[in-house]
Amino acid sequence: MNKNFIKILRPGINTTFQDLGRNNLCHIGIPFSGAMDNRNFLLSNKLVKNNLNTPVIEFAYQGPHLKYHGEKLNIAITGDVSFKIKKKKEIINGSCYESYLLEDNDEIDVYSTNKSVYGYLALGAELDLKFQWESCSINTKANIGSNSGKKISAGQEFYIKKINKDHSKKKISYINTKIDKIRVLQGTNFNYFSDEAKKKFFKDEFSVSKLSDRMGMRLEGPKINNIIDTNIKSEGLIKGVIQVTSDGNPIIMLSDHGTIGGYPKIGVVVSADYDKLVQLSPGSKIKFKQVILNDAETLFKLYDLETQNLISQI
Amino acid sequence: MIKNISNLGDAALYCDFGKEVNKEINSLVIKYFKTLKVKNIEGVNNLIPSYNKLIISFDLKKTNFKDLKKKIEDIKINNQNDLSFKKIQIPVCCDQKFALDINRLEKKLRLKQDEIFNNFFSKEYFCYMTGFIAGMPFVGDLDHKMRVKRLETPRVKVPKGSVGLTEQFANIYTFESPGGWNIIGNTPIEIFNNKKEKEPNLINPGDTIIFKKIDINQYKKYYE
Repeated sequence: MNKNFIKILRPGINTTFQDLGRNNLCHIGIPFSGAMDNRNFLLSNKLVKNNLNTPVIEFAYQGPHLKYHGEKLNIAITGDVSFKIKKKKEIINGSCYESYLLEDNDEIDVYSTNKSVYGYLALGAELDLKFQWESCSINTKANIGSNSGKKISAGQEFYIKKINKDHSKKKISYINTKIDKIRVLQGTNFNYFSDEAKKKFFKDEFSVSKLSDRMGMRLEGPKINNIIDTNIKSEGLIKGVIQVTSDGNPIIMLSDHGTIGGYPKIGVVVSADYDKLVQLSPGSKIKFKQVILNDAETLFKLYDLETQNLISQI
Repeated sequence: MIKNISNLGDAALYCDFGKEVNKEINSLVIKYFKTLKVKNIEGVNNLIPSYNKLIISFDLKKTNFKDLKKKIEDIKINNQNDLSFKKIQIPVCCDQKFALDINRLEKKLRLKQDEIFNNFFSKEYFCYMTGFIAGMPFVGDLDHKMRVKRLETPRVKVPKGSVGLTEQFANIYTFESPGGWNIIGNTPIEIFNNKKEKEPNLINPGDTIIFKKIDINQYKKYYE
């Protein structure tokens, strides 16, 4: 019998297992899912010497409080997160981007993400999780993925299949900067909006609404008026698409989005800005800046290069 | 053929097959979808067919808009391919407790209940696409007399199995979800089964659907 496991004392607000997500299922209505902030997901795994696509614990706002039972293993937390590690004789104020050795009966208490939304807790181990369509990512809406597709809840225990043997400490210095200008490409229904609405869209400030989750981010700000139709024939969506609903408010599709939608698309967030976009907490102010495809591709190359650099520094 | 390919963001192709929504255009979308799925082109993450569009999302680390667009333009579609479409019968109970919007439909369509049901159950329907939520089929076309807009205020929770109408289409809620379609009845059968990894969807684009009216006793039998 396997005796290494974590026990959830407090689950946190929206705590799930995530990996890189699942491909090639959008046509049947199953979205990509996967870790919202891809860079922080990868870094958490590298810090504990995991394969980079190993499932980790993703949490939002308030994270989990868990207790570990078993042989020594490393853990690391990424994002902008406050947490404590409670050991038998001491309480450590944890730092992100640094691995810690966890021993039998130690506790991790992730009490909040600071001015951001998502954080990642990686264990230097392979958890015993169910994979569905080659991914353990939990989609709570369709109940797909590990843990029967449900959020992690209090009292649950998760067993560990295999612990990484190398426990040497790993650390990098990285600071999550907050983004205030989201770069976007013109959407496929850009001409559905009046010149005045287009101008407002790129000039005025929007604020992130409380009605935001892994599926989408609703924005509040100036109403974006439509001059053709507030509906289109339903068609496919991808993450980052900005639809404008009938009431004139933009909504940005995030990783668990519905796979098709019928609102006009005014823009699409560039891939390079996605990780920082999802970290904007309710109340954050943002502006949109228009770029062209060539620029978006270059920005992505830079983003990817920076991510690879960080990974190779660990 | 694809009328136009543009970019949807920096990591997806937006293939436009025309403005109309009809079986011919949709069949072409499905043919492209099936052909591309088999080809398994390097870097392609997802293919999302809809009434008259096909969206191809890709991994920007592996390919880019220009290169992938060229590949898609060069693809030859075999007109004979794939005849593996199914004909599926879906039992629907229109008991009062399931036909949540029948009164609204009577008013909007200016038809009596029986006329609405007779019309709805007398036709075969074609599945244009699946999605929005996992496994939800969008089928058509409803008779011209039966076309109505979606609810002004969508429901926060539409029960699982609900069969809804909007404009020329009908759909089935594969699990409880928010939604604004006019609910005419409920099916007791599982349209999406996430335990089946191979074919979780009962209905797929291109399939023919026949709705069969059942009464409440027949409905209950499915749960015995």
